[in-house]
Amino acid sequence: MSAHGHAELSHEHSVGTTRLFSIVWVWLLLLTAVEVFLAYERLEVHLMITILVGLSLIKAALIMSYFMHLRFERLGLFLLLVPAMVFCICMMLIMFFPDSIRLMNLRPH
Amino acid sequence: MSEAEFEGIVESRWSGGASPFAINSKKLGMWLFIVSDSLTFSALLISYAYVRLETPNWPRPFEIWPAIAKSSFMTFVLLSSSLTMVLGVNAAFKGDRKKTVRYLIATIICGIAFVAIHATEWVTLFGEGVTPWGNPWGVPLFGGTFFGLTGLHMLHVTIGVAYLAIIAWGFGKGKYTAEHVEVSGLYWHFVDLVWMFIFPMVYLLSVNPK
Repeated sequence: MSAHGHAELSHEHSVGTTRLFSIVWVWLLLLTAVEVFLAYERLEVHLMITILVGLSLIKAALIMSYFMHLRFERLGLFLLLVPAMVFCICMMLIMFFPDSIRLMNLRPH
Repeated sequence: MSEAEFEGIVESRWSGGASPFAINSKKLGMWLFIVSDSLTFSALLISYAYVRLETPNWPRPFEIWPAIAKSSFMTFVLLSSSLTMVLGVNAAFKGDRKKTVRYLIATIICGIAFVAIHATEWVTLFGEGVTPWGNPWGVPLFGGTFFGLTGLHMLHVTIGVAYLAIIAWGFGKGKYTAEHVEVSGLYWHFVDLVWMFIFPMVYLLSVNPK
């Protein structure tokens, strides 16, 4: 069992070449360029924020899977970290927006 | 597949043993820290998004030059530092100490450049009368959220630069292992990842559309 674990530890780092990381880097730069371009399109602010956060989520996924090696780790680590994080962020969103918008409307005008 | 074989696979995957995720304790610790820190930033970004969307007269002061050009360049610098970091980690696992230290120094220089450019950005804003408490456009929340978000991020970058400097020094001397470099890399990439959200939400949602 421990020998098996060590074998995995040593070859997990052979994945990911300079070429692969450079390609990811170029993609991240391209997505950033798209975001800057979109900032000058006169879109409605709710639509704009949705598109920008969507693109940023793609970038975050690229950074986590390649630069942070999450793609090359065991599935168990991904399952430990990411669903819990996504769940907590969704809870914040669900709790925060409706309540704060309701409070806005209760405010004396 | 015989039952014994099946049992063997199940055991290797689920019983865990000493190392259930096949990573060392430092790396697991850093990952857990990153998850908790990402929730701090999410809370701030979500509250910022609410304030931004619910304020109809939100100021849009950022011109192409200097603010947008500078912040885009800062994004480029931070992304490039992530590339040098990941190449440094690769070199560390190949046992090439000199190359690793060189990559780490390149990463540190990018980090310092990021903080320096950002500092000039802050000074420009202070010069325009934008402070965390008020600004000429009468929406004090603009300064509060801007300086709060970018300030907390800058603090992370500064800590990251110090952290990488210690790791580079120790790894060059043979005091630290490649795992230490990899764990510091995780932190650095996380700082980069957070900027990927702060840059569009803080800067690009407040560009002057002219």
